[in-house]
Amino acid sequence: MQIFKNPHFNFVKYRWHALILSWIIIGAGVATIFTAGLPLGVEFSGGTIVIVKFDTAPSVEQVRAALGRHQGITAGQNIVVQRYGDEAAREVLIRLPEVGQEQGTGLTKTADAVVNGLSASNLGKFTVVGQQVVGPVVGQELTRKGILATVLSLAGLLAYIAFRFRFSFAVGAVVATVHDLLVTLAFLAFFRYDMSLNVIAAILTVTGYSTNDTIVIFDRVRENLKNARRDSILETVNTAINQTLNRTILTAGTTLLSAVSLFLFGGEVLKGFAFTMIVGVITGTYSSVFIAAAIVTFWRSKGAARVPAPAATNGDAARKKTNNRKNRVS
Amino acid sequence: MKNLRWRVLATLVIVGLAIWAVYPPDQKIKLGLDLQGGVHLVLRVQTDDALRIDTETTLEQLREAAETKGVSGATFTATTPTQFKVEGVPQPQDAAFREAANEVQATFNRESGANGSYTFEMKPNIAVQLRESTVTQALQTIERRVNDLGVAEPVIARTGSNNDQIIVELPGVKEVARAKEIIRSTALLELKIVEDGPAGTKDALLQSRSGAVPSNMEVVPGASDSTAAGDRAATVFYLVRRTATVTGRDLRNAKPSLDEMNRPAVSFTLNNDGARKFGKATGENVGRRLAIILDGRIQSAPVIESRITDQGRISGTFTQQEVQDLSLVLNSGALPASMTYLEENTVGPSLGADSIRSGVIASLVGLGAVLIFMLVYYHLSGINAVVALLFNLLILLGLMSYIGATMTLPGIAGFVLTMGIGVDSNVLIFERIKEELAAQRGIRQALDAGFSRVFLTLLDTHVASLISAAFLFQFGTGPIRGFAMTLSIGLLSNLFTATFVSKTIFELVLSGRKVQKLSI
Repeated sequence: MQIFKNPHFNFVKYRWHALILSWIIIGAGVATIFTAGLPLGVEFSGGTIVIVKFDTAPSVEQVRAALGRHQGITAGQNIVVQRYGDEAAREVLIRLPEVGQEQGTGLTKTADAVVNGLSASNLGKFTVVGQQVVGPVVGQELTRKGILATVLSLAGLLAYIAFRFRFSFAVGAVVATVHDLLVTLAFLAFFRYDMSLNVIAAILTVTGYSTNDTIVIFDRVRENLKNARRDSILETVNTAINQTLNRTILTAGTTLLSAVSLFLFGGEVLKGFAFTMIVGVITGTYSSVFIAAAIVTFWRSKGAARVPAPAATNGDAARKKTNNRKNRVS
Repeated sequence: MKNLRWRVLATLVIVGLAIWAVYPPDQKIKLGLDLQGGVHLVLRVQTDDALRIDTETTLEQLREAAETKGVSGATFTATTPTQFKVEGVPQPQDAAFREAANEVQATFNRESGANGSYTFEMKPNIAVQLRESTVTQALQTIERRVNDLGVAEPVIARTGSNNDQIIVELPGVKEVARAKEIIRSTALLELKIVEDGPAGTKDALLQSRSGAVPSNMEVVPGASDSTAAGDRAATVFYLVRRTATVTGRDLRNAKPSLDEMNRPAVSFTLNNDGARKFGKATGENVGRRLAIILDGRIQSAPVIESRITDQGRISGTFTQQEVQDLSLVLNSGALPASMTYLEENTVGPSLGADSIRSGVIASLVGLGAVLIFMLVYYHLSGINAVVALLFNLLILLGLMSYIGATMTLPGIAGFVLTMGIGVDSNVLIFERIKEELAAQRGIRQALDAGFSRVFLTLLDTHVASLISAAFLFQFGTGPIRGFAMTLSIGLLSNLFTATFVSKTIFELVLSGRKVQKLSI
């Protein structure tokens, strides 16, 4: 069985179309983030989450009304009340932007007020199954650390690929990965998923996945540069993409299978994580086929243009470079 | 042939070890807080407190030293946690003051200003050291308290960009509010001689001294003695000596007891050093009151009837639970600084159980889907990939149990992703074998070429993924670390199963048989 027998698609030809499509998505994402904001999970925004399990599930409006009547709660319209998990679980998540004072045990003041508000209303028996209170300091530090981890991880990948391949390849791979991060963020903004710790974990996993995809193609480019020296760099890259196309699609397929099963069955906590993975795998596959290769060809032909010689000599230059690295290429 | 036998044996031994390490899974796999339920707390140690105490102590030292050298009329004020000022040192006594100041200059920098004024600033390296030791001490104290609480397998660790935060994870704890109070209470016990009081207000207390607090004394609030248990105590004020007779450091032991009115109280005994100091102070002050101060508030101020050496009692309006907790925190020692809670996350056991259930279902569905996919696409070779994948997962679980890594909900997600991403290695190899077969190579050559040509690619992709997993581990706490851990171990065991195990299976099938066509 084989998806494509000897595929010969001209991917490189469409690299500019792909770039434009990507810019449109990223632009729309940036516009969404600037107008509607990127929804932040409680770890980042700070605030209070109380998860309550009822004996008989009240409607979201009833819970909201019960909280609205309680004097200890001032968030008003900013209270989020939503069903947690599937209906049979009879669980409700209540999120408020405020916390008690940081001093003393007052951190849970708002959470306690929520519990009191629910007890005071006639909503039947309930138990608090989970509670999360995050002070404002934590979010700032986490944001800083999250950005730092992402940037350092990209720098690490850049260094590794530059060491194993060439600098132009490394730039291509990292640009493709940054592209994937931006597209993923755009989709998180479109679908209003909270930026949580789990989502950050998924984003960093996408970084690794997307780089993997790119590395597999680059590895083939490297091999082809060694064997077929007569081809232009565009053709070499295109051939490599086609040769690895079946693998690219299969791997995306199996990874999507696991991400989708997490999305469908993994429970409420992992929804955002699984969504990020799904988007990341799709864009990661797309970017390594269209974007990474485009960047490398762009970079390389620019470099070659400095050598005032016909196209055939470009091949020679490439060969020379490859020979120099032969010991590493094996 | 010999080689093959050795490889099969190695594979079986490793998988056997993995199964042995992980069986039975419900005992061997350590579950994170998000799966078994419990509370996760983040506290910040207010290290400024410790600096302030040190600065004030130094200020007092200097004041005494200056006074003995005959310096008078200067005012001493602490301005920031690390700085104090001396103003108005009379010109003729300047040399004497400087001499006195030499003593504190080991830890403080002196700067002189106009009109006999001086600024003393704690040396930066001393401040850093002090902050560091404050957090370390707080951590150790919390460890003792948590151990006394009887929590199984707690996590207590430093964190934060300034390294001044402490994470406390208490699995399975139900009385969250009580645990929080025990962890946080400073439990600074001081016994000080009362000079004056009680009085209803500060002004009334200081009337005889025309409103000024003498430099060697301080005003401390406390509960009125006449309040009956249970009532909201009226606040009264005492004027006490600034220097404590004994502190919590001099305690040998504290335990719950009853006072003469049969109310719950805490009895304590002092160590030798403390007993000597206490005996001296009580002997000299018979007839006066002794203030028992806990965290800056007077619990009681009984009259000293005779010389006491090594025993005492803290009474007040306590409940039985409160005296138990107070004994616990007194025994574990005082915190060197106050603490504030930054974050609290409580996971009920039912929520954790739900997470485990959905995680297991997602794993099984994901595994089933990937297995079917591989079998349909690669036919018999798919079985090879499936066996490699199952071995991979077993080794992953085995290694995790062996090194005691914690399985968290994101860790389960990492487990599920390992299946999807893990078969990538098989796909890469199989696709390459197909290509080699299409290029009219023999089966054996195609297999060898497939495995050897792809190996470097695999190495590169795995190292790349490990790089991002490493930064993820660095970034995250608890659950996220669990994810990074699962992912990393999965990558390592995948490299082994996808190359070594998978090739061994191929060779095993091909050995001693003439295979015309590879089912791939």
